[in-house]
Amino acid sequence: MRLRNDGPWGLCSSRQFLWRSSLGQVLYFMESFDPAELPELLKLYYRRLFPYAQYYRWLNYGGVIKNYFQHREFSFTLKDDIYIRYQSFNNQSDLEKEMQKMNPYKIDIGAVYSHRPNQHNTVKLGAFQAQEKELVFDIDMTDYDDVRRCCSSADICSKCWTLMTMAMHIIDRALKEDFGFKHRLWVYSGRRGVHCWVCDESVRKLSSAVRSGIVEYLSLVKGGQDVKKKVHLSEKLHPFIRRSINIIKKYFEEYALVGQDILENKESWDKILALVPETIHDELQKNFQKLHNSLQRWEYLKKIVNTSQNMKNDKCGPWLEWEIMLQYCFPRLDINVSKGINHLLKSPFSVHPKTGRISVPIDLLKVDQFDPFTVPTISSLCRELDVISINEKEREENEADAKPRTRDYKKTSLAPYVKVFEHFLENLDKSRKGELLKKSDLQKEF
Amino acid sequence: MEFSGRLRKKLRLACDQKNACYPHSLQFYLQPPSENISLIEFENLAIDRVKLLKAVENLGVSYVKGTEQYQNKLEAEIRKLKFSYRENLEDEYEPRRRDHISHFILRLAYCQSEDLRRWFIQQEMDLLRFRFNILPKDKIQNFLKDSHLHFEAISDEEKTLREQEIIASSPSLNGVKWESESVYKIPFADALDLFRGRRVYLEDGFAYVPLKDIVAIILNEFRANLSKALALTARSLPTVQSDERLQPLLNHLSHSYTGQDYSTQRNAGKISLDQIDSLSTKSFPPCMRQLHKALRDNHHLRHGGRMQYGLFLKGIGLTLEQALQFWKQEFIKGKMDPDKFDKGYSYNIRHSFGKEGKRTDYTPFSCMKIILTNPPSQGDYHGCPFRHSDPELLKQKLQAFKISPTGISQILDLVKGTHYQVACQKYFEMTHNVDDCGFSLNHPNQFFLESQRLLTGGKDIKKESSQPETPQPKPSVQKTRDAASALASLNSSLETELEGLEDYFTLED
Repeated sequence: MRLRNDGPWGLCSSRQFLWRSSLGQVLYFMESFDPAELPELLKLYYRRLFPYAQYYRWLNYGGVIKNYFQHREFSFTLKDDIYIRYQSFNNQSDLEKEMQKMNPYKIDIGAVYSHRPNQHNTVKLGAFQAQEKELVFDIDMTDYDDVRRCCSSADICSKCWTLMTMAMHIIDRALKEDFGFKHRLWVYSGRRGVHCWVCDESVRKLSSAVRSGIVEYLSLVKGGQDVKKKVHLSEKLHPFIRRSINIIKKYFEEYALVGQDILENKESWDKILALVPETIHDELQKNFQKLHNSLQRWEYLKKIVNTSQNMKNDKCGPWLEWEIMLQYCFPRLDINVSKGINHLLKSPFSVHPKTGRISVPIDLLKVDQFDPFTVPTISSLCRELDVISINEKEREENEADAKPRTRDYKKTSLAPYVKVFEHFLENLDKSRKGELLKKSDLQKEF
Repeated sequence: MEFSGRLRKKLRLACDQKNACYPHSLQFYLQPPSENISLIEFENLAIDRVKLLKAVENLGVSYVKGTEQYQNKLEAEIRKLKFSYRENLEDEYEPRRRDHISHFILRLAYCQSEDLRRWFIQQEMDLLRFRFNILPKDKIQNFLKDSHLHFEAISDEEKTLREQEIIASSPSLNGVKWESESVYKIPFADALDLFRGRRVYLEDGFAYVPLKDIVAIILNEFRANLSKALALTARSLPTVQSDERLQPLLNHLSHSYTGQDYSTQRNAGKISLDQIDSLSTKSFPPCMRQLHKALRDNHHLRHGGRMQYGLFLKGIGLTLEQALQFWKQEFIKGKMDPDKFDKGYSYNIRHSFGKEGKRTDYTPFSCMKIILTNPPSQGDYHGCPFRHSDPELLKQKLQAFKISPTGISQILDLVKGTHYQVACQKYFEMTHNVDDCGFSLNHPNQFFLESQRLLTGGKDIKKESSQPETPQPKPSVQKTRDAASALASLNSSLETELEGLEDYFTLED
């Protein structure tokens, strides 16, 4: 066991432990991230870890439209909460230099404007307009505080993370199958939620009205604190609702009845009773007492609402069961994030200043396996880098010829996430090539 | 104003030379017309279309849109004004051409303010909706194609494949036979109102829209295009307005009254002065009833009130001598010196009868004119009570007139919807105890004539033609006039506005 003492952030080295397992893997055990170290950590992160090439490849979108990257707004949040808007850059190297110079705590991405954002003050009043932007969604765990029993506000745990898993499945299916959107990037927000960036060419041009319409289409849970019953289904179920319910069904037992234990005791099942007609309350109360766990109680509730006698009441029937499931599990979107073309959203690969976690892309094929607690923090990444430097030094001392330095991030836990990002970029490239071919074919026709 | 012969005017509103070919009974007015028409035809077409759109508005308020009654009445109106409406009719070229040109002329007049634009777009949309709804099913696809709307009906196989999903998604398919209903595949963004409320099936970026819902989409598209076009038209308006032949017409078209002007002294001498008090409660519209009462109470009326009421009285048949006596009697009661009356006020009365100065025979004010111009201020009693009275005050007035509470609330609802003339029609119905007043109110003198007709069984005041069902000013009256005099009467009311009677009436009130 070796203790690191000469890392660039000397202060915390006494608190690290490294193990080298027999498989050559390096495992870390670490203290929680210390925000006071951010300035030093960010310096290293922006110098050696941030994937500039891929990032530029994304936002440049193949360079097909002139000045698309140059007219993009970025905003930086610096140390001491200094917030600067209307940042823009000429190219990848310009972006790199500025980020390394400013060391932003947080980076947001805004719209593509009619002019370079950093020159917006020189533009005639009214002429500086936001023109295009990806369609974005922000799903935040705090919006579910009324239905999760394990945590509240900024806290998350593995039990309630399933809400995000379900949300990603439901929203992604709709974006792909109903709306035909092909280029969807899901990103961990760094603390308690996920973001989605829809990057199709036609989508970036959508108006604010259509964006609002899309959020409306995807919304089912309506009402604030003062509304008890937030989901109302009609007799005819739109396929979107039916397919969403089918997704929730896969997770409901494990998530709601076991993990959240929503029918555990009187206090918790009273909340469910508030969602069903009063006529069956007595019956349910009585029998809930006799049963032993949420699973049993849920089965009983399903039976009661589906009996022919109770179905005479308009409100009973299978819909009731679904309405409860949806209220406890269906995604809750913030319309304000999605509808404005000029809205700024946290950038992928940005660092979360409170948790230190990197906003990493999520592999759509492995959504169920995604665990926010294993997402690398900036401190863990820097520690990894440190180990690598030592090892490289050793290797260089041992080898005659110096190999070309491979990108640093590739050697760290950030690598798999960059790979997900690259896969996403490859699809964008393929689409673009396909479009260009189509256009040139059309032009050849006489 | 006189017109000698036919004035040829080059009417180039568009850039392209396009064959005036009209394959359908309706259109989206995408291309402006480009031919020569005479100034007279220009003005007649404009007036006819204004009449049509006003009928559309009136019918839309009086009947539920889409019902058989509504459709029959609207069809009758369109046919009467010789515009196109239905496919498969003989000799459709001329009505379609009139429809095309008149729409574009009205764009010039109605682009000038937000209110005008909104009104114009609303009526044009209702008209289009009506025409589309009566299109036979087999004609729909062709029409859509020709209008460059990329709405394709899907094949039966595709329909069957998605039968469950489409039926579950579209409330408009309730109670409709699935086999006979066409379904259209359109890009989802074109069906915003449908998909945001999850009222349509979406698949791979396309919305599968049944025919009924396509109408709503088409109308939205039409509205958006027309709105943009009006904005563009407003910008190029200065060039058009610089043509002095067009300027007066365009400025006044949106305010114009296009029916009888009640100026001809047909009824002169049929009313005696002592009848006026009882007539005011029985047959006067509320605006004149209130003016008469104010005159009796105060023995005086200010200038605006004298104009509005004085011309109305002329219209119902007061001769100049009677008018002079009427006003003098009343003003003297107010301790006015008879000489002062002769010196100041009598001149004005004679002037309004066309016996002084320019000798223009001023016409009684139409509802439009009363509602839109010269709003009353403190101490005035003119204007339109439905338009200019505060709702609370209006309610009190109606209660004083002994209108039933249900009637009052109906009237107040109409006022809230800015349907002032319809509110007045309701007043007519309540005071005369009829379900349907049978006419479309445009003019206070019309109110009076209709009321008299009802009360006297049509014996006393003879009308030119009586078609109680048609909701527009009597067409035969229009037929007997040739274009020049129609224009003349229009122009005389224009004159009134242009003159500014202030020049002649400078007495202090």
